[in-house]
Amino acid sequence: MSDVTVAAELKTEPKLVTNQLPAAEIMGESPLHHADLESVAKHGPQEGGVHFHERKLMGLLTLRCMPSAEQQEVIKSLLGVALPMQPLTSVTADDSPIGKVSVRWVSPDEWLIIMVGEKAFELETSFFEKLMGHYSLVNISGGTTIFNVSGRHVVDMLKKSTPVDLHASEFPVGKVVSTVFAKSGAMICRVAEDQFELVVRRSFADYLWLWIQDASREYGLVVHH
Amino acid sequence: MFHIYCPHCCEYREEEEFHVAGQAHIARPLDPDACTDKEWGEFMYFRANPRGIHHELWVHGAGCRKYFNVTRDTQTYEIKEVYKVGEKPSVVADDVK
Repeated sequence: MSDVTVAAELKTEPKLVTNQLPAAEIMGESPLHHADLESVAKHGPQEGGVHFHERKLMGLLTLRCMPSAEQQEVIKSLLGVALPMQPLTSVTADDSPIGKVSVRWVSPDEWLIIMVGEKAFELETSFFEKLMGHYSLVNISGGTTIFNVSGRHVVDMLKKSTPVDLHASEFPVGKVVSTVFAKSGAMICRVAEDQFELVVRRSFADYLWLWIQDASREYGLVVHH
Repeated sequence: MFHIYCPHCCEYREEEEFHVAGQAHIARPLDPDACTDKEWGEFMYFRANPRGIHHELWVHGAGCRKYFNVTRDTQTYEIKEVYKVGEKPSVVADDVK
């Protein structure tokens, strides 16, 4: 009933988390499974201005907290890199305890943590074991997918889809924004000079894949698998 | 089309990323049970509709999903300032000063 968190409630046992990944013999299907990108990559055009690759079945965790200095230290030890506290910034660690991990600022009290799908449960568990205090960590891997778009015309393609200023002076490598994208939404991160990552909702993945094909038509779209 | 500065993202974004969420600075009565029907009705339903300076609540729905306040001139549509929830506006209408 009350908004006030009672101090005693914070000192409970570590939260039980369930591994969202089913057994190894059960095949995981990305939201673009039906598009058969493997065949498209093999038989489709091999040259063009826009390159598309789905980073499928990645592990994505949403962390929400107003981290104290102490919590920030613990988070840093868990991720191998400090939380990016500056708005619209992201950091990547290649040698974190769970391998390569990317941490992206979403809002002043929210971050998105991206790693390979198999490691999400391990990181989730270690968070609940080691990080004390008031915070929330949710595994959103099943509800999202990541599109990696690159190429010399990638900015031209993205410009048709989002009102955000993508010029290198306004949108340097490492910057991340959540914005409207093709009547849907996406979290756009510039991972290299001509390479972007779009974190999109699973339910919009097919629509956005069709949109990107259409928007890339004049430049030529190369699909990678 | 507005170009709105989000005080949480610390940059200007297009209006289509935002939604207006009504009049700002509406304090909920501390003890609703002690309110008269008139007081409660005014809190629930009655909103200012000024010509000129107006303080509004906006939400950066497609971005950081945070609320913030905007002081806007309803005659010219000009946004006078943007400030976080909990802060006081520096631009206020003459008759309020």
